[in-house]
Amino acid sequence: MNPKRVNNIATGVIFALVGIVVAILLFLIGYILFNGVPNISWKFLTTSAQAFSSGGGIRDQLFNSLYLLVLTLILSFPIALGAGIYLAEYAPDNWVTNLIRTTIEVLSSLPSVVVGLFGYLFLVIQLQLSFSILSGAIALTFFNLPLLTRSIEESLNSVSSLQKEAGKSLGLSDWKTITKILLPVALPGILTGVILSAGRVFGEAAALIYTAGQSAPAVNYGNWNFLDPTSFLNPMRPAETLAVHIWKVNTESVTPDAHLISSASSAVLIIVILIFNLGARYLGNHLYKKMTATK
Amino acid sequence: MKTYNFDESYIADVPGEKEITAKDVQVFYGDNHAIFNANLKFLRNKVTSLIGASGSGKSTFLRCLNRMNDRIATVKGEIDYQGTNINSKNVNVYEVRKQIGMVFQRPNPFAKSIRENMTFALKENGIKSKDKLEERIESSLKEAALWDEVKDELDKSALALSGGQQQRLCIARAIAMRPNILLLDEPCSALDPISTLKIEETVVRLKENYTIIIVTHNMGQATRISDYTAFFHLGHVIEYDATKNIFENPSMQATSDYISGDFG
Repeated sequence: MNPKRVNNIATGVIFALVGIVVAILLFLIGYILFNGVPNISWKFLTTSAQAFSSGGGIRDQLFNSLYLLVLTLILSFPIALGAGIYLAEYAPDNWVTNLIRTTIEVLSSLPSVVVGLFGYLFLVIQLQLSFSILSGAIALTFFNLPLLTRSIEESLNSVSSLQKEAGKSLGLSDWKTITKILLPVALPGILTGVILSAGRVFGEAAALIYTAGQSAPAVNYGNWNFLDPTSFLNPMRPAETLAVHIWKVNTESVTPDAHLISSASSAVLIIVILIFNLGARYLGNHLYKKMTATK
Repeated sequence: MKTYNFDESYIADVPGEKEITAKDVQVFYGDNHAIFNANLKFLRNKVTSLIGASGSGKSTFLRCLNRMNDRIATVKGEIDYQGTNINSKNVNVYEVRKQIGMVFQRPNPFAKSIRENMTFALKENGIKSKDKLEERIESSLKEAALWDEVKDELDKSALALSGGQQQRLCIARAIAMRPNILLLDEPCSALDPISTLKIEETVVRLKENYTIIIVTHNMGQATRISDYTAFFHLGHVIEYDATKNIFENPSMQATSDYISGDFG
């Protein structure tokens, strides 16, 4: 076969494979949105869930998911940033560093049920944090750390070493060079890591059933004192998230409209992830342009 | 490759006020011995070229002079700068690098605006006054012959400049720190002939205020801009003398072979 023909066949196969991926994706998203969106209403988004009767909403679950995401990022981002910077810029190339990298990889491949049960035994029971958003956020931090650390490390590594040399040659400390010169350039890559991990946090159910719990007690959205048990900001209250809710209405619930609720919730979940994704990209681009003066 | 006797070298005792002196400098990358006993004296407000084939150690040697080899290679010996051995452990390397600036082979402006490229390190060093910063930007860009081309677009990204402009920006950024010595590591190797010529003109003008040490592959460049030249071969300094002597009347056979192209 001549090279031209080989090339045509290879290109055709690649296009076909990409087509399959896109088709599966479009089918899934289309199916979920098609079934879910007609059932979404303002009332659905703003009323609380019903245990036995139909017509329940997802207000608390939706808020819990968002709040959990924020708490998880607050816990995991600083740790991952430190670890990523260490691995990319400071870690010597020896067996200790390799051991750290391997450990991180193992952590990222733990089944979420295992992390959930560990969180239950250690956080909920041993540390007496009870079923709470905080327990859930800590459990999710275990998932988040490897993904975030890796993406921060790789984004920093992809910045040209010439930039680092430039900083060094001007008498800047390593720390200043890393934080003020390398990090702004690495920002888009870091942001991708945050978005990916946020999607995972938002969609996680198994680990949360055992840590954040399956109940969504009534909370007062006007109470900003996060130490008050009725406050919506209290991190020590149990909090069923949207993904857990979808699981629950499909397995344990006796509400007659469980099917409607779960399809609408799935659609909301996808839409919120999409909004978060686009929002984070927009914000990131804005920051990147501002810091690097590219227009 | 021809073999030469490295026990012999010709290091001329150049007359003049010395700025920085290397005494028995040796460099090791792990077990690899990269520089053997380099003894060189660089004169104030002169341009000195370091020439030699790839792998001769000239860039490695240059990077010793402002401690850029820290954490990369082991540097032994003494580097005397204003009466201090700056190769000793307890020297403040950040201060050394402020006084001994460097420009690299490939232009490496920060991914920031032209203005921020100029002011970033200055601000970190405590120069906050806006007037003073503006004055530094203008005078340094003028010294690097870039001011006329960029004065109206200081807030544009430095990465939008051409390669030659980027390299002159890097020179301007280095001299904005008001160093005493400027180390140039093959600054023109990534540039076209016209940009190269502009950098060469700039270098010749800069020696009024700075001591310049430049690594170059281009022997024409060495003859055009430098007062003194050191020839490196396989980690040894073979010959050091006035540029005119090196190129017209070299003392060592290796130097003579290298500059005539009859080498290896």
